[in-house]
Amino acid sequence: MVRFILRRLLQVIPVFIGTTLLVYYMVFALPGDPIAALFGDRQPPQAVIDTLRSQYHLDEPFWVQYGLFLKNLFTFNLGNDFTGQPIAASLARVFPVTAMLAIEALAIQAIFGVAFGVFAGLRRGGWFDSTVLVASLVVIAVPTFVLGFVFQLVFGVQLGWAKPTVGANADWGSLLLPAVVLGLVSFAYVLRLTRASVSENMNADYVRTATAKGLSRPRVVLAHILRNSLIPVVTYLGANLGGLMGGAIVTEGIFNVPGVGNKLYQAVLRSEGPTIVSIVSVLVLVFVVSNLLVDLLYAWLDPRIRYDQ
Amino acid sequence: MRFTRTSKALGIVAIAALALTGCGAGGGTTEGSSDAAGDPNKVITAYSNEPQNPLLPANTNEVYGGRVVELLFEGLRTYDADGKPVNALAESIDSPDAQNWTIKVKQGQKFTNGEEITAKTFVDSWNYAANSKNLQNNGFFFESIAGYEEVSAVNSEKTADGKTTTTPAPTAETMSGLAAPDNSTITVKLAQPEADWSLRLGYSAFFPLPSAALADPKAFGENPVGNGPYKFEKEGAWVHDQSISLVKNADYSGPREAKNGGVTFKFYTDPGPAYTDLQSDNLDITDVLPSNALKTYETDFQDRNATKPVATNSTLNIPPYNPNFQGEAGKLRRQALSYAINREEIAKVVFNGTRTPAKAFVPPVIDGFKDGLKGSEILKFDAAKAKDLWEQANKIQPYDDSKPLQIASNTDGGNKEWIDAVANGFKNNLGIQAEIQPFAKFAEVLNLRKSQQLPGLTRAGWQGDYPSLYNFLGPVWGTNASSNYEKYTNPEFDKLLKEGLAATSTDDANAKFNQAQEVLFEDLPGLPLWDQARPIVWSNNVVKAETGWNGSILYYNITAK
Repeated sequence: MVRFILRRLLQVIPVFIGTTLLVYYMVFALPGDPIAALFGDRQPPQAVIDTLRSQYHLDEPFWVQYGLFLKNLFTFNLGNDFTGQPIAASLARVFPVTAMLAIEALAIQAIFGVAFGVFAGLRRGGWFDSTVLVASLVVIAVPTFVLGFVFQLVFGVQLGWAKPTVGANADWGSLLLPAVVLGLVSFAYVLRLTRASVSENMNADYVRTATAKGLSRPRVVLAHILRNSLIPVVTYLGANLGGLMGGAIVTEGIFNVPGVGNKLYQAVLRSEGPTIVSIVSVLVLVFVVSNLLVDLLYAWLDPRIRYDQ
Repeated sequence: MRFTRTSKALGIVAIAALALTGCGAGGGTTEGSSDAAGDPNKVITAYSNEPQNPLLPANTNEVYGGRVVELLFEGLRTYDADGKPVNALAESIDSPDAQNWTIKVKQGQKFTNGEEITAKTFVDSWNYAANSKNLQNNGFFFESIAGYEEVSAVNSEKTADGKTTTTPAPTAETMSGLAAPDNSTITVKLAQPEADWSLRLGYSAFFPLPSAALADPKAFGENPVGNGPYKFEKEGAWVHDQSISLVKNADYSGPREAKNGGVTFKFYTDPGPAYTDLQSDNLDITDVLPSNALKTYETDFQDRNATKPVATNSTLNIPPYNPNFQGEAGKLRRQALSYAINREEIAKVVFNGTRTPAKAFVPPVIDGFKDGLKGSEILKFDAAKAKDLWEQANKIQPYDDSKPLQIASNTDGGNKEWIDAVANGFKNNLGIQAEIQPFAKFAEVLNLRKSQQLPGLTRAGWQGDYPSLYNFLGPVWGTNASSNYEKYTNPEFDKLLKEGLAATSTDDANAKFNQAQEVLFEDLPGLPLWDQARPIVWSNNVVKAETGWNGSILYYNITAK
């Protein structure tokens, strides 16, 4: 077990170097002078531009820039972004917001997706199953941004149930509307995965055995069918958490959520290599850890799975 | 017994989700008095975005920082809604010869930290801003003052790979032309006479700074202390990437007294969500509308919108290094292009009235603007004349149509639509190939303009720094001027500008500047396209709002209910 975890963590190193190198190079290759772009038609004195350029090492070749970035990263000093704000501080501001949003969205899709999926799977072909299948197809077919705008307009503007945007001081309540939008699409996938898995396992031998033992119906469903059906669902949710933490750029944009997606979008617009790559570095870690958690959950869900052989 | 644990855990999460749902409800409805005079204590929320620099006036050269700085500080002068300069901290500003200026400063004025503002405060602040080693973005605003050359001096070095780097190397700490003989007097000697110099004293670069700012500019820029109609609500009122909260400065007594209790700038990375917030009264005012709302804002916000012309214009610049546009034939072709643009229609159809066709190289809101300048008839759409001129040019020198005529621009901000319209005008009326040369980002275009690599037409724009004709001509079209990227040069134009600056009366100066514009109409280094009008909309919490001469909202004048 420990060896498994260690091995997985060691894999982080090549993944990390690979992604940061690639992203850093892509930002480096973006056309245009990012410092000149800070100012627009009215350019400041050349000395200001040149000083900023050397301050951010933009006058250095690519390998020097990337090397400096790595050095800063390992000394836990991410440096400043082009507006002079420390990058570490802005990461500390945006990640908690996106984490709240991601957890909320994940909770919505997991709870409702699994619950609806189990009901639909148990009574396959029934009216609930048919309704839910059609409804989930509709949800999958509608693009997120359409859903976002519709929810914003209906619940935010017309009904006034929630604030249409999040803005400053994001909390669980104000993030609920974007979380629902974000969770809905994956909710449909979770539902369909659970449904398929449950209906497949319903006829498994161990289920018949459990029923024959005289176990109550809820016990059979929850302890035997559901637990064994969760493996594909958990895999999907784990991968999804990483995606959600990467910030839903579109959804965060529509609801003005001051999170990772918005920050990343701004940084890309400004060609701010260090900010972009710092965010990506954290995301790589999030992906690795969430995938590791998923793998560990497998053993808990299905004791037949063992890590050390 | 893992089963029981699972079900318990699921149960807890389910309850938590229900609790969250409860929190989500309850919109932000606020009851207010419907008093027409407004509630003087109500705080207004306004659209904005993260400022790009620490909030030091002489370092702030973009709109989102600029609007905060202008509310936090008060200079010697300020501009009223029409752009007329009025004295604020100045008691009087006099000059016998437009070169030697004497400014009397009002006594007893204080920063909100209690520090007194004297003539010396201004002298120190200006010397700080002009000094090249302080790297202030707006340092060049002091270029007219004698001794600026020395404090702003730089070292230019060629590096091994042929690039030039510029580093600050001031040879003096203070400008020789700037002095404070006593607490209430500033004397300024300019390098040469400049009639409109005092017009720019309301610009933010000239605001006074307390001594704390000069000691630690970076820390000060996070928590600025000023003397304007508003102040920071508290230390740390600037929450990065989220908001800046200002409250009324009760000690302020000047021409811009706040009619509301404060302004909270909420940051939006996109104007779309802000528009939605306004529709549900979650935001009180915006001056940036999403492009898809330009056709609907007047019905969405009936009686709660205003559109006013502002001091911003657009031109289509023609680089002198394109052989097609050189010599006598080039001149005729430039005129033909101008005649082939239907400004009236594009302003109406594409911009929905938020642009007005240009009448000169300067927008009409600027004092001294003159309509019907010699040569300005080329701004009228005339397909027949365009065709005729184009053919005349071809007789002198054939047009090289191996490549289509490209119009370079960044395509965000709704630029593509109008450029397509202009290009179609060229195609239909001149029979040439024309198309947009699209760029993802403004910076790309700027780089190519600087290095003279855009042989086609280039979209350019200018927003007035201070309300003066010169500001729209000198920095844009003067020989070697800071924003003259296409390197247009005409000694006659330069001479007229210089004469205008040296004139002792504003009227004489403006007459020269208008003459200089006639030179531009003759040369057409750029085709004036249109002047901007700025629409603003406000929520049900606001009684009335308006914009100033440069299109920024007069936040202090907003009354809330």
